[in-house]
Amino acid sequence: MNKDIPVASTWAIEARGLEKSFGEHRALRGIDLKVTRNESLVIFGPNGAGKTTLLKILSTLVKPSAGSVWLDGIDIRDKSAQIRHKISLVSHQTFLYDNLTVFENLKFYGKMYDVADLEKRIKEVIAWVQLESRLHDRAGTLSRGLQQRASIARAVLHNPSILFLDEPDVGLDPHASAMVRDILGSINSGSRTVVMTTHNLERGLELGDSIVILDRGKVVYQATREAISEVNFRQIYDRYTETGR
Amino acid sequence: MNKTFTKIFAIFWKDMLTELRTKEIIVSVLVFALLVLVIFGFTFGAGLEVTEMVAPGILWVALTFGGVIGLNRIFAVEKENSRLEGLMLCPVDRAVIYWGKLAGSFTFMLAVAFVITPIFLALFNLPIFLPRLALIIILATLGFAAVGTLFSALAVNTRARDIMLPVLFLPVVVPVIVSAVKATGPVLAGGPWGDMLTWLQILIAFDIIYLVVATLVFEFVVEE
Amino acid sequence: MNGNHTLRNSILWGLGFALMVAALCMVFVYVPTEKHTGIIQRIFYFHVPVAWVSFLAFFITFLSSILYLWKREIKWDAIACASVEVGVIFTTLVLITGPIWAKPVWGIWWTWDARLTTSLVLWLIYIAYLLVRSFATEPARAARYSAVIGIVGFIDVPIVFITVNLWRTQHPTAIIFEGGLTPPMLMTLLVCIAAFTVLYILLVIQSAGLKTMEADIKRLRSMKAE
Repeated sequence: MNKDIPVASTWAIEARGLEKSFGEHRALRGIDLKVTRNESLVIFGPNGAGKTTLLKILSTLVKPSAGSVWLDGIDIRDKSAQIRHKISLVSHQTFLYDNLTVFENLKFYGKMYDVADLEKRIKEVIAWVQLESRLHDRAGTLSRGLQQRASIARAVLHNPSILFLDEPDVGLDPHASAMVRDILGSINSGSRTVVMTTHNLERGLELGDSIVILDRGKVVYQATREAISEVNFRQIYDRYTETGR
Repeated sequence: MNKTFTKIFAIFWKDMLTELRTKEIIVSVLVFALLVLVIFGFTFGAGLEVTEMVAPGILWVALTFGGVIGLNRIFAVEKENSRLEGLMLCPVDRAVIYWGKLAGSFTFMLAVAFVITPIFLALFNLPIFLPRLALIIILATLGFAAVGTLFSALAVNTRARDIMLPVLFLPVVVPVIVSAVKATGPVLAGGPWGDMLTWLQILIAFDIIYLVVATLVFEFVVEE
Repeated sequence: MNGNHTLRNSILWGLGFALMVAALCMVFVYVPTEKHTGIIQRIFYFHVPVAWVSFLAFFITFLSSILYLWKREIKWDAIACASVEVGVIFTTLVLITGPIWAKPVWGIWWTWDARLTTSLVLWLIYIAYLLVRSFATEPARAARYSAVIGIVGFIDVPIVFITVNLWRTQHPTAIIFEGGLTPPMLMTLLVCIAAFTVLYILLVIQSAGLKTMEADIKRLRSMKAE
């Protein structure tokens, strides 16, 4: 289980010199990033800026071509299992098995994460995403929005201290999207570090304590939430990304 | 250790539940293997004089090709919806994922074999109750599953994945096919144990070697 | 390419050329014709070295594959892949020269003899290796996958050999010719093996060098494209 080990680094996430190439394509070209504990960081950027790749590297799914990542002060190359207990990822893919019920899906993932008192915990997270009535329906029969809520339940099942969200509301209708956003809004409630990517400017601004703009594999802009207003952010975004040219 | 086993079982069990509901893999493999048997029956004519020579080969061709069809699906289900990423995020050794998926492929293939074989024996007018054949089937299927689960994970990330798996899998399992056929011969003819012992030894050696090697290299196939 | 490499390569080219010429002279002039099977037996001096090189090539691939997965240096992947390419060509030559030799001597084109069959299975495994490389969706993946196949495939060699050997026990062991190897024959064989081994080393160095260079060019081009 998650033993809290004393850590030297004050950063929840620290990345230095991250690079990633896929063949000739250089997806990330030297990224440095620091995220304070329990803060939420929103990463903006146009398609192909490297947002998803960055999140996959931070969440241990992809190994960088160069550079290092520390989560809670631990290098992700060592002790991967210990790191993986602390983190979770919600993407537009739900990772749910269509032919298992929501309950069975959660039970499966709960076992993989050694969640203690699993059934009670499932009830808690399911109540939180308001899916009690569909708990014993097969995941494949749920609408896209409901599936995404189930997926969020899956992601917080083991109470991760760092949560990665990769465009969690892509492909959702406005209502479902609003619902998911509400849930995400309450997700860190002071006890979780959240990193989210999006290209939806207003929604991202609502959720982020600090903001990063990524373009063509590089961090081109970085600021705290207080430093920017919604009005001028659009201009900043356009100035720093391809869309503005 | 106990936790590791729980996790292997969790992966196995979710595959079993899915299969029990969809019956996708077992039914399609069963139908396919049955067709192979019937086609061979027609091409060779199930006369008594040929049975002894070709019957073991027919059975193993049916089981091998059926196996390939099933193995193709083993990782395809994880690939859809990027579920493999969900699995890879879990705080488990990659070998646990291999063993979980292996348990599933082994069980599916064994289930098919235990349905197909009696049908085969009946079609070719051979004795139905052959416990020694069951032993051969278990050992050979384990070898198929050990190699096949590894290659299924590999093939699923290539273009033309449906053809990549058989192209990779079949040459590597040549020793299993040869041994299984040669061991089946004496069993069908009611020969003594001694005739099949060497072949059982090869099967056991193959199983152990490939279970160990696949456990060691699996992580290099699934990590990105 | 630095001076050391150039010097090494010149020595290898010189040595390879000298050995090849020597081998040809010995096969066609020096070595006496074997009395039972006649002139066709001379293909032996080609067949055996080529078979030796193909096994050597796959063994080198096996080692480089392990080193690649361990060190993750592109050099090892380049050597592994270059070695498979050479190995597959040489195995193809084995599979062609085998039947040419077998037909006049044994009266059949093909026999499921342990050596020939193992070569055939190897050929199929490493064709699959090359196919996976070309069908992989991304270079890094191709390298990892082929390293895994290079390991898993090579481990199969002894198992296939033992199995096929037992399978075909009724087949007479390949008698090369009665009376065994006379000293001139052995000399000729050894020179031929040396010649083909040097040829193999040269081909792998050239091909691996080319592959590393290609990778470098791609990397530089993508950096320039920014």
